[in-house]
Amino acid sequence: MLDLLDKYDVLGAFWMTIKLTVFSAIGALVIGTILAVMRVAPVAILRRLGAFYVNTVRNTPLTLILVFCSLGLLYILQVNLADPKSPTSIVDNNIRWAIVGLAAYHAAFVCEALRSGVNTVPLGQAEAARSIGLTFSQSLREVILPQAFRGSIAPLGSVLIALTKNTTVASIIGVAEASGLMKEIIENETASFAVFFIFALGFVILTLPVGILFTSLSRRLAVKR
Amino acid sequence: MSTQNVLFDAPGPKARRRHAIFTLLGFGLAAVTLALVLWKLQAQGQLDPSMWTVLFTADVWTEYLIPGLINTIKAAAISIVFALAFGLLFGMGRLSPNRPIRWASGVVVEFFRSVPVLLMMYFFFQVFAFNNYFGTDYNSLAAVVLSLTLYNGSVIAELVRSGVHSLPSGQSEAGLSIGLTPGQTLRSIQLPQALTAMLPALVGQLVVILKDSALGTAITYPELLQAAKDVGTAYGNVIPAYVLAALIFIVINYGLTISAGRVERGLSRRGRGPRKGGATGVVGTTVDGSLGGPLEDAVVGEAPGPPR
Repeated sequence: MLDLLDKYDVLGAFWMTIKLTVFSAIGALVIGTILAVMRVAPVAILRRLGAFYVNTVRNTPLTLILVFCSLGLLYILQVNLADPKSPTSIVDNNIRWAIVGLAAYHAAFVCEALRSGVNTVPLGQAEAARSIGLTFSQSLREVILPQAFRGSIAPLGSVLIALTKNTTVASIIGVAEASGLMKEIIENETASFAVFFIFALGFVILTLPVGILFTSLSRRLAVKR
Repeated sequence: MSTQNVLFDAPGPKARRRHAIFTLLGFGLAAVTLALVLWKLQAQGQLDPSMWTVLFTADVWTEYLIPGLINTIKAAAISIVFALAFGLLFGMGRLSPNRPIRWASGVVVEFFRSVPVLLMMYFFFQVFAFNNYFGTDYNSLAAVVLSLTLYNGSVIAELVRSGVHSLPSGQSEAGLSIGLTPGQTLRSIQLPQALTAMLPALVGQLVVILKDSALGTAITYPELLQAAKDVGTAYGNVIPAYVLAALIFIVINYGLTISAGRVERGLSRRGRGPRKGGATGVVGTTVDGSLGGPLEDAVVGEAPGPPR
């Protein structure tokens, strides 16, 4: 068992999983915030565009999105995200497209998490803010958005956990992350429960603290109503 | 339109002008995106009409897409049935008054909820294929079904638990006071109510299962995504084939999402919908792992409903 861990770079594979998670999480947060703003905007066309994106992406399998990024966008449409002349261009392209695909997919869920946070704010809060004479931007800044962000912490945590686990799908387009390495090991060596368990445990270790952190944060910051 | 009311006042003349500008910007954004996509497709010769029209020939459907779709639906249907059984069993286990049973069910549920589905698929497929447990034709199906069952069953177990916890405590007290055992109270009073309230979330879970069945392509299960890949290889039209597969997935899943919303509205009209204050605030139970979304996300559409 231990010689297997020596022969294969398990920690390196998990490091790739972490890198995928962090970069896609940042991307998803940025795109998702823009989408959420569009979806609650008072302008009908922006709301429609946001809803169209969310409904389309959310109902498409992540696998399809990543395979489309790799086969469709990279190989057929030749949209390179890495310098084609560099020796590592294939690997870099796969990783970067995986990050783009993961970010685009989870942005839809980030958007819904943020929107559900806005939905937790009772109408009376806005009315109270207006009635004491706060301007539009003051009432957003001081009253509504702080409550909305607190309300969306728990669902955002769920999205981050899901994202961590969904980085495994990147192995389908050839990114050398944890699940891809496990596949390699069980194919070449032995399909023992121990190997599966080590990798499964890796994901438990990655996701458990995130869950605990976000749960306690959302409890601590919950708005008393 | 509760969100609009919380965030924005009714627009005055100045705001209306601003909105008009943003409307133009929105249309511009849509037009530019569309133009960019079309231009890129054109530049690589992907707009050739024959590439797209071939998708409407009978062979593409009878040879590839319909068998693929049937396989996808088969895997999803078997998985949701098994997942429901698994979820009920372990959900009841987590509610058991017996501490070791409760503890063991908790460990199983938490473990399978935090392990990626694809990781399970790789492993089970290798085990099944190596020992040839189900015959060459069924090894991949068995691996897909087992992985989806374990993951989604665990999510359903959590739904069962939070559903029972969200019932008013008077329900179980009434059961106990007429002399039922805790087990009988759970089975004949709490579970039926919790399951009815869970119905929309279950339909939402079906969307998750359908989407995740596409992972089967990684272990050679011939489902819809794999069929689309084969069409792309056979006819040299990878992009049109994937677009069509995505469209099929979106239509089915969007239909399911809408019906989940219908079920939920129907239930709440009869006063039996999901209660407020159930599992909210606990990360990982309200929105599930691979997402698609129970409760909170079940209703999508133009107008966001009132905050639930």
